[in-house]
Amino acid sequence: MRASSARPIAFVAFGVALLLAGSWWGLAKAPGEVFMGDVQRIMYVHVPTAWNAMLALTFAFVCALCFLFTNAWKWDNRLEAGMEMGVVLSLLLCMQGSIWAKPTWGVWWDWDPRLTTTAVMVFAFGGILALRAFVDDPVKRAVWSSVACIVAFVDVPIVYFSVKWWNSLHQAQSTPQTVSSAFHLPLRINAFGILFLWVGLVGLRARVAALRRRGEMAPPLTQKQSATGRAPITGGAV
Amino acid sequence: MNALFAAFRKDLLLQWRGRTQMVAIFAFGAAALLLFSFAIGPDSSALREHAAGFLWLGLLLASTLSLAESFECEMEEQALEGLLLLPASTRALYYGKAIANWAQLALLGMALVPVMVVLYDAGTLRLFSLLVVILLGTAGLSAPGTLYAAMTSQTRARQTLLPLLLFPLVVPVLLAAVKATSLVILGDPMEQYRPWITLLGAFAVIHWSIGGLLFGRVVED
Amino acid sequence: MIAVAAAGVCRRYGRRWALADVSFEVPAGALVMVTGRNGSGKSTLLRVLATAIRPDLGTVRILGHDVRAERDLVRRKIGLLGHRTHLYEPLTALENLAVVARFLGADPGRSALLRQLEEVGLGDRGDDPVQTFSAGMRQRLALASVLLQRPEVVLLDEPYGHLDAAGFLLVDGLLQRLRAQGATVLMATHLMARGRKLCDLGLVLDAGRLVFAGAAAQLPVPQGADAMGFAEGA
Repeated sequence: MRASSARPIAFVAFGVALLLAGSWWGLAKAPGEVFMGDVQRIMYVHVPTAWNAMLALTFAFVCALCFLFTNAWKWDNRLEAGMEMGVVLSLLLCMQGSIWAKPTWGVWWDWDPRLTTTAVMVFAFGGILALRAFVDDPVKRAVWSSVACIVAFVDVPIVYFSVKWWNSLHQAQSTPQTVSSAFHLPLRINAFGILFLWVGLVGLRARVAALRRRGEMAPPLTQKQSATGRAPITGGAV
Repeated sequence: MNALFAAFRKDLLLQWRGRTQMVAIFAFGAAALLLFSFAIGPDSSALREHAAGFLWLGLLLASTLSLAESFECEMEEQALEGLLLLPASTRALYYGKAIANWAQLALLGMALVPVMVVLYDAGTLRLFSLLVVILLGTAGLSAPGTLYAAMTSQTRARQTLLPLLLFPLVVPVLLAAVKATSLVILGDPMEQYRPWITLLGAFAVIHWSIGGLLFGRVVED
Repeated sequence: MIAVAAAGVCRRYGRRWALADVSFEVPAGALVMVTGRNGSGKSTLLRVLATAIRPDLGTVRILGHDVRAERDLVRRKIGLLGHRTHLYEPLTALENLAVVARFLGADPGRSALLRQLEEVGLGDRGDDPVQTFSAGMRQRLALASVLLQRPEVVLLDEPYGHLDAAGFLLVDGLLQRLRAQGATVLMATHLMARGRKLCDLGLVLDAGRLVFAGAAAQLPVPQGADAMGFAEGA
């Protein structure tokens, strides 16, 4: 039953290696961007983080659906890990966005629709993690966080569109969407780097969740412990 | 259908019995609106410009009280479980409660409008348009609010968990309702009212559907 | 015909097994006493049979229907008087019964519900809100609510608790009437003497395990019960 941690750790190691390679390329080798200069280099982590944050939360959503349909504990383990990963990546995304916005626009936050949606997601999924902390019964905890995860995830596109319309009435500031082709390779390397990194971490974290739950729930009844046979309708003690 | 009607009737009766609490919640909302005006200062034009935002923030804060209270009587003696064992369909129980909560929030919203008009000089003659915004906005608050209130009323930190879970979710409602209300109060030269109303409607439709589907898992073992 | 068939039922609460491998069969029409010390799993067992909670392991069949697969069907046939009264405190006694009646599909008039209240001795308190009721009165109202459902399998968790002497006789009378109607009754109680007199069968739980299943007359008397008055009288 105890699978080896070798594979997740290998994932993490591979991911870190890719990330180092891609970042070196992006920071040292690739040319600076014409208009924004070196500040733009944050895109080499920012864009991959954005892709992966969304991927992690989508993974959590799928785990939530799987849990509600199968009631298998492994999906709850993965849900907990996936949501934590998604929240961490989203938080990183917001921080990267601030780091980019300050030298560029002079403000720490620029209400860019994607970044604002990410901030809302941090609160939404962070709230679900808080919910998990306040529910003692493991079954209820798993069911409720799956339900909340589904509702929150379905809400994400609505939040995005509403913020986009809301913001478009004000200014046209937004983080650049297109990156010219010279920069694609380091971007992709970093994207896969972060992907392997978080998949590996989720694998390890899911295992931790499983072990924690084993400590919470009663151990399975052994054969010796259980009573034998069916009690007769009439007659003495079993 | 009968079950839905039975559920709605029960929830309406419970709300009627608890109407003094409703008055207290309205007072809370009105007090919030007053505090917002102190936060901005006596600048009448700024107050009028942001009146819509204050109204909906006040309504949102008051809604957490109202939604939490709607499940108090269900959980104190496990009355909801008693109904589930009859058996009563979880869908009927959800929609009955959600519709009753919607009615209560809409009434709360409409009651806060005169407070807004007086405090922020934010009157308008387009009452029907305002009513539509309030109805759709509160519908958007009620559906996820009822689902989450059912959940959090069974936990320990119910006071903090409900707003924590609900607020990020209803950001679209807040944005759209504030925008639409602002247009009603301040004028709508570019005809932007309709898309915001559509957004509110879409949000409501989506969340009323998934709420009904998921409520059963939240209240059953 | 077997009314209740439990096989290997297990249910856990946190680190404990509240029910561990409980198996028994109850024939239709029987009046069964479920007893055991505090915390032995009596309430949990009744709640599992009532489909309020699901068994973690094992199966339960009520009147031939599986509680997991045919839950709504089972619920139509059972009635539970639990530890919590399932009442709405702000509503009156009559209103509480009316809510139940409407969900059952009927809409009986005030007089029919009043009769139901009179049966449990609350005929003059129909219009009082439940929050003004004492514990014993709430119990009587909860009993009326269960009877309104006309269940074929009745699950009573400490029906005599909170009741006065008149209430005790009331419950005795109701049990006889239910038996006459052919209903199967499982009743959790500490009143050993009464149970032995009234019931056909007995189930004894200890720390979640079934340690006795047989005729009520043969129920073992717990140590020191005589001294505390639980064995006789009460």
